[in-house]
Amino acid sequence: MAEPILKLGDLDAFYGDFQALYGVDLDVAPGEVLAIIGANGAGKTTLMRSISGLSQNAAEMVQYRGEAIGALRADQVAEKGIALVPEGRQLFPSLSVEENLIIGGQIGRKGPWALDAVYKLFPILKERRHQQSTSLSGGQQQMVAIGRALMANPDLILFDEISLGLAPIIIKDIYAALPGIIGEGMSALIVEQDITKALSVSQRFYCLQEGRVSLEGASATVAREDISRAYFGVE
Amino acid sequence: MEWLNAVVQGTLLGGLYALFAAGLSLIFGVMRLVNIAHGDLIVLGAYLGLTVTIILGLHPLLALVIVVPAMALIGYVLQRGILNHTLGKDILPPLLVTFGLSVIIQNALLETYSADPQKMNAGALETASLSAGGLSVGILPLLTFGIAIAVIASLQWVFYRTALGRAFRATSDNQEIAQLMGLNRRHIFGLAMALALGVTAIAGIMLGIRTSFDPSIGGGRLIFGFEAVIIGGLGNLWGTLVGGVILGVAQTIGAKIDPGWQLLAGHITFLVILAFKPNGLFPRINE
Repeated sequence: MAEPILKLGDLDAFYGDFQALYGVDLDVAPGEVLAIIGANGAGKTTLMRSISGLSQNAAEMVQYRGEAIGALRADQVAEKGIALVPEGRQLFPSLSVEENLIIGGQIGRKGPWALDAVYKLFPILKERRHQQSTSLSGGQQQMVAIGRALMANPDLILFDEISLGLAPIIIKDIYAALPGIIGEGMSALIVEQDITKALSVSQRFYCLQEGRVSLEGASATVAREDISRAYFGVE
Repeated sequence: MEWLNAVVQGTLLGGLYALFAAGLSLIFGVMRLVNIAHGDLIVLGAYLGLTVTIILGLHPLLALVIVVPAMALIGYVLQRGILNHTLGKDILPPLLVTFGLSVIIQNALLETYSADPQKMNAGALETASLSAGGLSVGILPLLTFGIAIAVIASLQWVFYRTALGRAFRATSDNQEIAQLMGLNRRHIFGLAMALALGVTAIAGIMLGIRTSFDPSIGGGRLIFGFEAVIIGGLGNLWGTLVGGVILGVAQTIGAKIDPGWQLLAGHITFLVILAFKPNGLFPRINE
């Protein structure tokens, strides 16, 4: 395997005062799509916060391209080329659709993604670009959130529960668009409750259970019983 | 005609109050910080203006060229050095710290400049006036009002047309997500305070040309600023101008009825508006 783009080593992380992750080891290869699955409270969101710099840890616990970034602030992590599509979309309500996208790109990293490319991927956003972001439907808001992260031209993109609260037909559309998004040499980490969806778009997966990695493997070949056991912890 | 005159004078006075209020409104809008020291910072601006006019022999309006950047720098340092550390879920620490700051600024001014009232000399500008149809309007109040409109229009432009304004609004909406966009909120807040104190410098100098001032008057200016912001509706800059005008007109009309009623009339008007429109006259729709 090539040198990993992201490597977590013995990551202990906290959600407030509560320890949510215990010694998590994980790596992502360049161009790889990795799925993180696990029940509510397994530590998936804390994992995303730790990678993106929203929660800070010991520097060497999170390594990006060989550089220890665990102690950096989120804005510094973003400049290195890691973007997060946050759970619940979290658009800026005071900003128009287009401003939400522009602010995503204001780090100024070079790459294929700019307004035109995002509008080509999600044409509906071009029609709605002057509207307030909160006036869009949930699915359209999710497109803005994805577009906003892409505008930073990240090398690693994190998707946190992108199907949460969306209609199944919208989820299908968004997952249909994912390969086109990630296909540009980006690596991706996908946190998802829907195990089938997560496994279908990823090459490998990690299953978290109560803050620890309970199973990891290739997405295509894993047995369902193994996942159930790792997911729920039942023997 | 005398009543019309009172309304016109009050409207122009409202321009000064809007200048007091603009910085306060901006800071609250961006970082939800209620700056109790704001009035004292206005007075600090006036004293810095006085110092510059005396040492360099400049006209007070030219002193703006020095005092505005100086106050902006003070604002950035103050925010990064002290105020950023007080911001969090709890709204009490920034209130207490800015209250302390208010005491410190007042006493430092007292030590440096004494308690004697001071005034800036703006020469002929102070007494020049225009007469039209029986009304006499001072050039200085007119200029102050014009500056207030220009300042608010500029702030509006910065907020809605520039990358900096976009960063202000995004950070105000959601600090964590703004941080994910590569915006360091501590720096953004520093810039917001710099901009606010730049405006405060203008307010201080216009105040110092209009009336005499001493280190103790900050609290009163803070109240006028607050009232203008609340009347106009939080987060609405043009509303703040309207709030300042309403307050100014209420005061001059009150003074017309009985000279002792000037301040009381302003406060009563504020309370009445607060009672019937607790969010102010023009609250921002998405608040």
